[in-house]
Amino acid sequence: MPTIEVPKEKWSGKVREITLGATAADGGTRAKTVTVGGETTLPYLHFEGDIPHPPAIAIEVQDRKPADWSPVLLEAWGDVTEDPAAWAKAAEEAGADVVMLRFSLHDDLSAEYARETLRVVLDATGLPLIVFGPGQAELDNDLLVPVAEEGKGEKLVLGVCEDKNYRTIVAAALAHGHLVDARCPMDVNLSKQLNILISDMNLPLERVVMDPTTGALGYGMEYGYSVMERLRLAALQGDGMTQQPMLVTPGEEAWRAKEARTEEGVPEAWGDWAERAVNWETLTASALVESGADILVLRHPESVKRVRAMIDALMSN
Amino acid sequence: MALSGLEIYKLLPASSKDPEVKKHGNCKECGFPTCLAFAMKLGQKQAELSQCPYVEEESKAQLEASAAPPIRLITLSGDGHKLEVGNETVLFRHEKTFYHQPGLFVRVKDTQADAAEVAKAVGEYTVDYVGMDLTLDGVAVEADGGDFAATVAAVKEACPLPLVLLTEDPVTAEAGLKAAEGIQSLLWAATPENWEAMAKLAGEYKVPLAVHVDGGDVDALAALAEQVQGTGVEDIVLDPGVRDHVSSLSVFTQLRRLALKKNERKVGYPLIAFAGDDPVLAGQHIAKYAGFVVVDGFSPGTVYPLLVMRANIFTDPQKPIQVKPGVYEINNPKPSDPLMVTTNFSITYFSVANEIESSGIPGWLLVADAEGMSVLTAWAAGKFDAERIAKSVTSTGIGEKLDHQRMVIPGHVAVLMGELEEELPDWEINVGPREAVDLPNFLKMQWG
Ligand code: SF4
Repeated sequence: MPTIEVPKEKWSGKVREITLGATAADGGTRAKTVTVGGETTLPYLHFEGDIPHPPAIAIEVQDRKPADWSPVLLEAWGDVTEDPAAWAKAAEEAGADVVMLRFSLHDDLSAEYARETLRVVLDATGLPLIVFGPGQAELDNDLLVPVAEEGKGEKLVLGVCEDKNYRTIVAAALAHGHLVDARCPMDVNLSKQLNILISDMNLPLERVVMDPTTGALGYGMEYGYSVMERLRLAALQGDGMTQQPMLVTPGEEAWRAKEARTEEGVPEAWGDWAERAVNWETLTASALVESGADILVLRHPESVKRVRAMIDALMSN
Repeated sequence: MALSGLEIYKLLPASSKDPEVKKHGNCKECGFPTCLAFAMKLGQKQAELSQCPYVEEESKAQLEASAAPPIRLITLSGDGHKLEVGNETVLFRHEKTFYHQPGLFVRVKDTQADAAEVAKAVGEYTVDYVGMDLTLDGVAVEADGGDFAATVAAVKEACPLPLVLLTEDPVTAEAGLKAAEGIQSLLWAATPENWEAMAKLAGEYKVPLAVHVDGGDVDALAALAEQVQGTGVEDIVLDPGVRDHVSSLSVFTQLRRLALKKNERKVGYPLIAFAGDDPVLAGQHIAKYAGFVVVDGFSPGTVYPLLVMRANIFTDPQKPIQVKPGVYEINNPKPSDPLMVTTNFSITYFSVANEIESSGIPGWLLVADAEGMSVLTAWAAGKFDAERIAKSVTSTGIGEKLDHQRMVIPGHVAVLMGELEEELPDWEINVGPREAVDLPNFLKMQWG
C-alpha cells in the first residue's frame, strides 16, 4: 500500500527559554525554579519539533481578601484569602508551579506595605513569584520598584510593564535581577515594538515574557487566541522579537465575566453556576494553551486541576 | 486545490496537442476573445467551464476535480434543522476564517432508560449569546446491546435535530437507519472489517458514512475511505480513532494539512471526534479541526461555555461582531442616572456593559455607530468623533429620557471634549476612565 507522507513544517526559529525564580546557588531563596519556552514547533505537535517544557501554571494570590471576587472563588479558598502567606502556601499545595502575588487597589498601599507583603509571601513559599500591581501605571511603579529592591536576586516577574511605564519597570528589573511581563493590547506589531523598546534598555530578552492581553471566553477570547497564533508562527519563522514565551491571565479575565461572577438574574440556559464558572475559566485557559501560552495565571483550584490534566495529556508523547 | 489562470489555459483547446481540438482555439464561442481570457475568468470563478464546447474530456475531469473543495461539504438534517460541515480552507482562523462550525452531538446509549428525555432536552436547548441563538446539533445514539431501532425511533420522536448512529454491526445499523428514515443521519462506522456492508447501507439509505480505523493510522484511514468511495459513496466522514488530547491534536492537524496543503483527496473529508465527558477535550476539537464533536452527557453549565467557544472560534476575524447602535439601559436606570458613551464593537460594548452591570450602578449606555470598531481604533479611523456622538444623541432622543444633560465619554477620546461641547452646546461633557474596569469607581466618585 502506498503510504501517505505526513507534511511536516521545517521551522527555523525557536521560542526563548526563560527561567523564573532563583535558588540560593543563583542568588535567590527559591526552593526551585521554573523554565518555560524553548518550543521549536507549534503547540504540542511533537512529531515535527521540540516542546521541552510544559507551560507553567501560576495561581493568583492577592495581598488582602479580594472585595470583588465571586463567592464561588472565595469559598474554594476559604480562610486563607485573609492572609497572603497562608494563601501562597495553599496555592503551592493546590499544584501551582508559580505564585502570582497581586496587589489590589486600596488605601493602605505604600512602598513599605509592598515590601512587607512580598517578604511574607517569599517566606511562605519556595516557588518562583510573579508580582503584579493593581494595574494603574503610576501606582504600579510606586509599588513594583520597592518590590524589586526587596526581592533582589529572586528573579521575580514584574508586571504589568506597558508602553506607559515600561521604563521604570525595566529599570527596576535591570537593577535587581528580575524579569518583566511586557503587555500589549492584542496586537502583533505592538508586542514586537515593546520587546524592541525593552531590549533597547539592555534588559536581555531572556528576562522578558510577552503578555498579549487575555480576553475571556465570550469577551474577546478569539482575538487573543489569534494574535498568539500569529506571534508564535512569526517566532517559529525566525522573527527574533516575537520569540518570548507568552503569559496569559485567563483566571482574572474569566472571573470578570458575568457568567462566572454571578448567579443572580442569569438565564436558566446558563446552567449550574459553579460548573459554568469553572468551565469558563478552564475553557478560556485551555484555548490559550492550544494557541501557545507558556504561563497561565489561574484562580480556581479546580481549574488548576483540569488545566494541569490537559497539559499533562498534551505533553505525554 | 484551485488552479491558476495559466494552469487552466494549458488545459483549454488553444493548448491542445490534438489538432482537431486545437483548431477551435480562440474561437470566441465561450463569449471571451481568447482561450487565455476565458482561462483567467475561470480562475477567478467568473465563468463556467460549460461555456466552452471544445474542452477535452481529460481536461474537463482535471478542471472539475480542481474546483472541488479540498474538504468535502457534508450535510445532515433533522426535522427542520440542517447542519453543514466541511469546506474549510485554512489551518489558522486569522488566515481567512473558519466557515462551518462543527456539529455538537450528545451521546446516548440504547441501554439508557432516559435516552429520549436527554434527546428532548438537547433538542429544546437554546441560549442567547450577543444576540445569536446558540443550539446543539443533535444526538448520537450508540448501540450498546439494547433495542437500537426503538431507541433511535424514540430519540427521533423527541428531538428534531440530526442523528449520528453509532454501531459497527450492519444488521443493527440497518435497523437504525430504517427507524431514522426521513432525516439525514450520519452512520458511524465503516471499519476495515465491515466496510462493504456499511457502504452498501450508506448507498441505499443515502446517508453520509464515517470510516473508522484504530490508533490514528492515516494510511489505513485513507485506504478505507478510498475503498468506500469506490462503491459510489461520496459523503464520507473520517474517524482516525484517536481519543486523547495529544494524538488527536497531531492526527487532526496532519489530516487537515494533507487535505489543504497537499490536496490529498483521499482524506478530503470532515473529521469526527469523541470527547467523552471532558469539556476541555471537546474545546480542543472545536478549535483544532473536528467537523463533528460527540460529547457524553448533557448539562447546560458545560454546554453553554462550549457553544460560546465554538461561536468565538468561528467568528470571521475580518467581520467582528457588532452590537446595534442605540441606547442600552443597565440596572433599570432612572432619568437622573448617568449617561455613558461607547462604540458598537461587541467586545467594547460588553466590557463596558458588564462592568456597569456588575457594579450594580444603574446607568444609560449610548452606543454610537463606529462601524464595529473599538474606541481607540474608531477614533483613529474617524469613526468615533464629536459629530457621530452628537448624531447618536439626537437620533436616539436620549435627552428626553433624562432629567440632566451630562455624559461621560471614554478617557481614550478626551480630546473630543472641546468639539463635543460645540456640537452639543447644552450638554456637560465629562471625561471618564480609559478602561471599562475603572468605570464603577469613577461613577461612585464623580457622579452625583
Ligand atoms: S470557446 Fe473559448 S475557450 Fe473554448 S476554444 Fe473557443 S475561445 Fe477557447
